[in-house]
Amino acid sequence: MELFRRLGSYLHKYRRYGILAVACIALETVFELVIPLIMANIIDIGVVTGDRAYIFQQGVLMCLCALVSLALGVGSAHFTALCGHGLGAELRKAEYQKVQSFSFANRDRFHTESLVTRLTTDVTTIQNALLGGMRPGIRAPIMMTTSIVLSFAINARLALVFLVAAPVLGVLLFQIISRVRPLYSKMQSAVDQVNRIVQENLTAVRVVKAYVRGEYEVEKFSEVNQNLQQVSQRSFRIAVLNMPAMQLVMYATILAILWLGGGMIAGGDLQVGKLTGFLSYVLQVLNSLMMMSNVFLLLTRAMASGWRILEVMDEPPDIGEERAQDVEVERGAIRFDHVSFKYRREAREYVLRDICLDIAPGQTVGIIGGTGSAKSTLVQLIPRLYEVTEGQVLVDGRPVWEYPLAHLRDAIAMVLQKNTLFSGTIGENLRWGKADATEEELDQACAIACADEFVSRLEKGYDTQLGQGGVNVSGGQKQRLCLARAILKSPKVLILDDSTSAVDMVTEARIREGLEKALPQTTKIIIAQRITSVLHADQIVILQDGRVDDVGTHWELLERSRIYQEIYHSQQEGAGL
Amino acid sequence: MARPMSYKRPKNLKKTLLRLGHYLGGHKLAMAAVAVLVVVSSGANIMGTYLLKPVINRFIVPGDLEGLLRAVVMMGIMYGLGALATLGYNQIMVRTAQQVVAQIRRDLFTHTQTLPLQYFDARTHGELMSHFTNDVDAVTEALNNSFAMLIQSFVMVTGTIVMLVVLDWRLSIIVIAFLLVMLAVILYSGRRSKAYYTSQQANLADLNGFVEEMVAGQKVEKVFHHEEADFQEFCRRNEALRQSGTRAFRYSGMMIPTVVSLSYFNYALSACIGGMFVLGGLTDLGSLSSYLVYVRQSAMPMNQFTQQSNFLMNALSGAERIFDMMDVQSEVDQGDVTLVQVRRGADGALEPCQGYTGEFAWRCPTGEGAELVPLRGDVRFHDVTFSYVPGRPVLRGVSLYAKPGQKIAFVGSTGAGKTTIINLITRFYEVEEGSITYDGIDLRRIRKADLRRSLSVVVQDTHLFTGTVADNIRYGRLDATDEEVRQAAVLANADSFIRRLPHGYDTVLTGDGDNLSQGQRQLIAIARAAVARPPVFILDEATSSIDTRTEKLIERGLDTLMEGRTVFVIAHRLSTVRNANAIMVVEQGEIMERGDHQELLDQRGRYFQLYTGQAQLS
Repeated sequence: MELFRRLGSYLHKYRRYGILAVACIALETVFELVIPLIMANIIDIGVVTGDRAYIFQQGVLMCLCALVSLALGVGSAHFTALCGHGLGAELRKAEYQKVQSFSFANRDRFHTESLVTRLTTDVTTIQNALLGGMRPGIRAPIMMTTSIVLSFAINARLALVFLVAAPVLGVLLFQIISRVRPLYSKMQSAVDQVNRIVQENLTAVRVVKAYVRGEYEVEKFSEVNQNLQQVSQRSFRIAVLNMPAMQLVMYATILAILWLGGGMIAGGDLQVGKLTGFLSYVLQVLNSLMMMSNVFLLLTRAMASGWRILEVMDEPPDIGEERAQDVEVERGAIRFDHVSFKYRREAREYVLRDICLDIAPGQTVGIIGGTGSAKSTLVQLIPRLYEVTEGQVLVDGRPVWEYPLAHLRDAIAMVLQKNTLFSGTIGENLRWGKADATEEELDQACAIACADEFVSRLEKGYDTQLGQGGVNVSGGQKQRLCLARAILKSPKVLILDDSTSAVDMVTEARIREGLEKALPQTTKIIIAQRITSVLHADQIVILQDGRVDDVGTHWELLERSRIYQEIYHSQQEGAGL
Repeated sequence: MARPMSYKRPKNLKKTLLRLGHYLGGHKLAMAAVAVLVVVSSGANIMGTYLLKPVINRFIVPGDLEGLLRAVVMMGIMYGLGALATLGYNQIMVRTAQQVVAQIRRDLFTHTQTLPLQYFDARTHGELMSHFTNDVDAVTEALNNSFAMLIQSFVMVTGTIVMLVVLDWRLSIIVIAFLLVMLAVILYSGRRSKAYYTSQQANLADLNGFVEEMVAGQKVEKVFHHEEADFQEFCRRNEALRQSGTRAFRYSGMMIPTVVSLSYFNYALSACIGGMFVLGGLTDLGSLSSYLVYVRQSAMPMNQFTQQSNFLMNALSGAERIFDMMDVQSEVDQGDVTLVQVRRGADGALEPCQGYTGEFAWRCPTGEGAELVPLRGDVRFHDVTFSYVPGRPVLRGVSLYAKPGQKIAFVGSTGAGKTTIINLITRFYEVEEGSITYDGIDLRRIRKADLRRSLSVVVQDTHLFTGTVADNIRYGRLDATDEEVRQAAVLANADSFIRRLPHGYDTVLTGDGDNLSQGQRQLIAIARAAVARPPVFILDEATSSIDTRTEKLIERGLDTLMEGRTVFVIAHRLSTVRNANAIMVVEQGEIMERGDHQELLDQRGRYFQLYTGQAQLS
């Protein structure tokens, strides 16, 4: 119930249409009940008394009713469509907005594929449940109550049969639904597993082929495939029981009424005509129950999706702006004050431990360290992509949480190691950095990032379409475009996370010089593998297993840091110059 | 129930039906049973309604309770059979449907494994994925419901029409005329709503694509604080979907009320004219009443029939897309040369054997018997030309040789064709002109699986699988022991960080190894390749995200492992390639320079430029 209340709250704008839809359907149902009464008049009064005018008049009345009911039916379709698709759209929107508010840490808790499914398929399932369930869901209870009332009116004693049939059917349906429900969520995760393996095989197709693991993958797939087959078989086998269960009760009721009614007629307690009428109401009641059980099955499936969506909605975004003040980054000074960090509160080991760093505005800082020494994590704390566990990161002397996120991230540009270009033109991608950038500004940024030469060689220049993930440019070109995109922000702080690894040495050196010249005021933080990339930095930070091992200039470190010497020699060895 | 879907029609209905029939072929008995049981079940339903009148007239009106009891028992048996039949066909159908669909999924996946890399490179994952999800779902749905429902509603429609004709053929003309009108309405609006659903489907795909891309690239979105603009774009697409969805549903949702209203007109007309008939003495009152019951009943199955046939059409077009993919030509492989483990016999000759000896040979079938050629790792390119897009060659007349035991490095700017060389050695792509030989054997003669088993390739974009760290390393050789896995990890310098993971080697990696850094993923990929103990090792930018100190350690480990074997290395970093026996400088699809580090420096060519670019700065 909680689930429906919460999902229902997303209807707000479309609630009006929902109410109108319900009204239309309810009225239409009433007409459906009235029409047989008119029909009875035609036969019982018109035909029996031979009154042709009356028959004709009632016939016209019936046609009028049919017209009204047509109008109502069209109305109900119209309003149901507005309400159902409205709910879908609002739900998607709210969920999308929620996902956007996720921090890196929140994001790490959901797989990309799973989030996408929750935003797409799950919402569609709920939307379809509303669209498909609305009509039978409203009609059935109305039909059922009216029919029960009318059948009691005809003969209360005979109607007692309902008191047996309805609970029996109710119990049967309840049993079916309560058994199917857990199976449906099992089925959903079996589907997820199958999709996961297919997805992994598509992305890692080179690995699978290189290791000739086709058969192994088929075996792996067969296992989850079989599991899916079994789980769906089990769920559907139970779900389809509702049909025969329904028929059984319906048929038994008809027979019971025939038998009991026959007895009553023989005893003179009931007229034949009444029995026929009674039987049609019985059919009505049981049909409604059938419809309702279908609606329930529909809802059961939707509920599984609903919970998955609420899981997303309930994830508390762990980076907020509660303590933000109206301040902006002015200079770009950065200080790490005894910062420690771990990805999860419950994790035992810290990823970063007691980091203290002082970076003056306009400085160039190199960060170097072994694989897995948490270099990326360290810089991601500056634009508050992750929140520190202990200590503080200060920008211009203020803790980062004092800045509104928009200002903070506008002032700090970062080129991620695992970077993404989006489908669209090169120009559109670059303008992520600055929405209203002119052609000249693009040229400038590209020149600094050394992307100008290959962009200008492209037939359509900035209007060249990139595929999803920038598949049609090479790794080095991609990195340079990502860099240009960041430069366009003219940031106070520029962070490069190993973002020129696929660019050759000469180009890299030119990029570095360009940055120095074009952005002298900007604080530059460069994570790199190559000593040459950080050589000229004002200070070089050596990270080792999440701790600062040493800080100094190239020459200082070369003199005193064993790690730095090793790195240096690993890159110089055999140079022969 | 109307629901959003695209009413697409398959292009070649007959062929698709035949192939789907082929899948159902193994379940002929089951399908026949379903058909029979559906007829029994709907027959019982129709007969039940039909029998009410005679039972009332014959037994209840005259008060013949004994006869009534007999009739009730008879009807009970009939109804019981009907309900049993319903139970039966539902259960059989669920079983059959799930088995058939599982078989289709399995065949599709198995076939996917045999497709050439080109096929995957030319398509988006979403596109391929949708065959497994949307298309398979459509088939499941149809098999689960539509098949039985179609038969059922067909029986109901014809049964009802027959009853109507039997009860009063003159009145039935009105009903049949109305049914035809309804059919026309249904067909007409079905066609109209198809257009709307197509546009809804397009908008849905559009939105889903956007969501997928944005969720995947969310970290970049955050870094650029681009949420607002993306949200606007999302809302635009979301609203477009809402509008087209609303239009589509409004249209299809009107179908049922329209048909129902038509049936009221039908009902009214039948009642009035029937009434006149009674007054004119053409029929009696009792017959008219029961006739009218059927008139009321006739509309719904009709509606159901058309709706189900739409589902079926949709399923068939899904099935067609699945079969199309199954028809895509598998990787061609005419190789007959296989890879075998060998040992030196007493007389010094090679002989095949079981178990790992560290020595391999190519088994080349000759006229009679076979010849064993020792695997040495001698790879030669003879004037190889290749292009991905016709007319735009990536490699032009490349000739090169790698002697056994050499470490061959390729350097050069991005897009120069280095990775293409690897793609050709592994036969992910086929040589256009020229040829490649491997130990003197033309590459095309070697069975692909055996060729690839003889090579271990590590590429820049490492892909890990969901599973434990140990499983991921063991992917290189499935029967590797825990100790061998650990040794490989030590060699790749991954052991120390793996042991610091929450569960060490048993830590489960999720997604694409998202919880590891890029460098750590590369270390695991190298361990995976090392555990395979291949005669030839290929590293394509495999250490790009690994720091040079670690790289050095790995190199030392690999040198021991690959003693006497051939290694190909592609790298940007010159420090990675410096120790190679031969360095090839690749530019614009041609090999510009070849030599070892010192020789190339002395040549003062491109390599010198690349290298001194670094040297000048230090």
